[in-house]
Amino acid sequence: MSAAAVHSLWTTAATSPLKEQISKIDAPKIEYGQLSPTLIVIGAAVLGVLVEAFVPRKSRYYVQVFLAVVALAAAFAAVVGLAAGGDGTTKAHIAAMGAIAVDGPALFLQGVILLTGLVAIFTFAERRLDPEAHGNRVDSFAAQAASVPGSDSEKAAVKAGFTTTEVFPLALFAIGGMLVFPSANDLLTLFIALEVFSLPLYLLCAVARRKRLMSQEAAVKYFLLGAFASAFTLFGIALLYGYAGSVSYATIADVVDGSIQNIDPALADTMGNDALLLIGVAMVVMGLLFKVGAVPFHMWTPDVYQGAPTPVTGFMAAATKVAAFGALLRLLYVVLPGLRWDWRPVMWAIAIITMLGGAIVAITQTDIKRLLAYSSIAHAGFILAGVIATTPDGISAVLFYLGAYSFVTVGAFAVVTLVRDAGGEATHLSKWAGLGRRSPLVAAVFAVFLLAFAGIPLTSGFAGKFAVFKAAAEGGAGALVVVGVISSAIAAFFYIRVIVLMFFSEPKADGPTVAVPSPLTMTTIAVGVAVTVVLGLAPQYFLDLANQASVFVR
Amino acid sequence: MNPVNYLYLAALLFTIGATGVLIRRNAIVLFMCVELMLNACNLAFVAFSRMHGNLDGQIIAFFTMVVAAAEVVVGLAIIVSLFRSRHSASVDDASLMKL
Repeated sequence: MSAAAVHSLWTTAATSPLKEQISKIDAPKIEYGQLSPTLIVIGAAVLGVLVEAFVPRKSRYYVQVFLAVVALAAAFAAVVGLAAGGDGTTKAHIAAMGAIAVDGPALFLQGVILLTGLVAIFTFAERRLDPEAHGNRVDSFAAQAASVPGSDSEKAAVKAGFTTTEVFPLALFAIGGMLVFPSANDLLTLFIALEVFSLPLYLLCAVARRKRLMSQEAAVKYFLLGAFASAFTLFGIALLYGYAGSVSYATIADVVDGSIQNIDPALADTMGNDALLLIGVAMVVMGLLFKVGAVPFHMWTPDVYQGAPTPVTGFMAAATKVAAFGALLRLLYVVLPGLRWDWRPVMWAIAIITMLGGAIVAITQTDIKRLLAYSSIAHAGFILAGVIATTPDGISAVLFYLGAYSFVTVGAFAVVTLVRDAGGEATHLSKWAGLGRRSPLVAAVFAVFLLAFAGIPLTSGFAGKFAVFKAAAEGGAGALVVVGVISSAIAAFFYIRVIVLMFFSEPKADGPTVAVPSPLTMTTIAVGVAVTVVLGLAPQYFLDLANQASVFVR
Repeated sequence: MNPVNYLYLAALLFTIGATGVLIRRNAIVLFMCVELMLNACNLAFVAFSRMHGNLDGQIIAFFTMVVAAAEVVVGLAIIVSLFRSRHSASVDDASLMKL
């Protein structure tokens, strides 16, 4: 063989057809306008990392808070602009080369996530609750997360006035992932969004200022179980890819329905293998149910909610649930409607044990954060009842419930940050005895949130529960509604018990004090109360909004 | 060789990883088992990619590697901070919040 011939094995002439072919590959088309909410938030998060690197320590806090608030407000404005322009209804479409859907449910949930994220950021920025340390105002986060609790380096960090301002970019990254999660339109985007919002949350759990050992323990538990669950999700994605030969939602849906055109031999082979489909779906749905905290995948919830810094708990309790239910809805309604006779019975069982399990175990709790964690599990069950409806009404009811629930949650956890004793937040329920005598306003606000959790009329909780149960009953899940009402009654018992404890028992002599917060936390609580009352008294406008937003694009 | 055999191997590795997470007690070992599960997923993706004759699976494998690397960064940071404050990485010792 001549030298030139051998050479041509690994080189090519400059004008060969291959080179022309490469230059002809179409660049992907990205709809920057439609994706702007996500891009703004992620961009601000990247800027926040740069701020950590270049801005002097003294001014970082102010720059980070400003950046986060402006970014979230701008992203919310972008969502409203898109919705007003009809992207949620008439012009719903699939953007970014099939990776992201821009439609009603996506925009509605993105709006909810951004608003709850915004009010949660206010509680992150709160600096008046803890007493000043060496003349510096401190927030809920460790002076230096890397220093060992109780060590000299920790004392030095506190004395130097360090604060973990990294929490703001971390929260923005998490929100960015949550914005993509309910709008992901292929399984790869779903998985990446899942990781993008989970990884910052693991870190946020670990950086509490008080009770640091508990905080680190919560982070380890959340991380190991979260990584375990996402490995299951990924294997499920692999099996679904094997079944359908694609990760795109639309293609998988076609293959499941059997309506796909031009089937090649490999696809014909795998399509016939129902084991791939059923095991794959089970594993992906399991990963999502882990994120929403449904029984039996709820074991992490109480520990993580209790150990994490309370502002972080409020944020993730609200926003994670919204994002994960959005993704679950899209998966079940867009990809797997052809399989609903298989997944509905399973989801029935999960909804029932979630509602009953959360409500019953909550009765025995003695810590307010654990109590709210179990209550969030019960609420996941109520929302699942709406998911099972498989009707357009089911979608809009779930959207409305998520909007109502997330603001109540952020508000309730913001109130928990106010009740303090020498060791930080006084979360043991016995400490809350007689709070209504000592600070009637705080106790009354908390009572409003508890009544909304319990679903008492004139609060947003009632409107949400009514919508969800109505949709479930019309969708043929009457038995589920009966179980839902029974577990609501059980849940009402422990909510009312806390109210009775606050208002009708004698305050203890060594009871906690109620800190006077800055306008930041006040805004969070005020927004929570306002949304609870407005959605309770006049839900119609918002139900209509959720109704308009209840059509998935495919 | 029949690509289905690679799927059996992937399922086997995934099961070994999952079993390890359930029975081992050291946080680092648990974490390595999770990584084994992710690598089993990669093997399944690449095998399916070969079966279907498209490149999606191979590209997803790259994404998985990046995600696994990011998870290592976050996970080791958390586990090391736990180890430094307790001098133990056992997940059984971390039981402050048991009822």
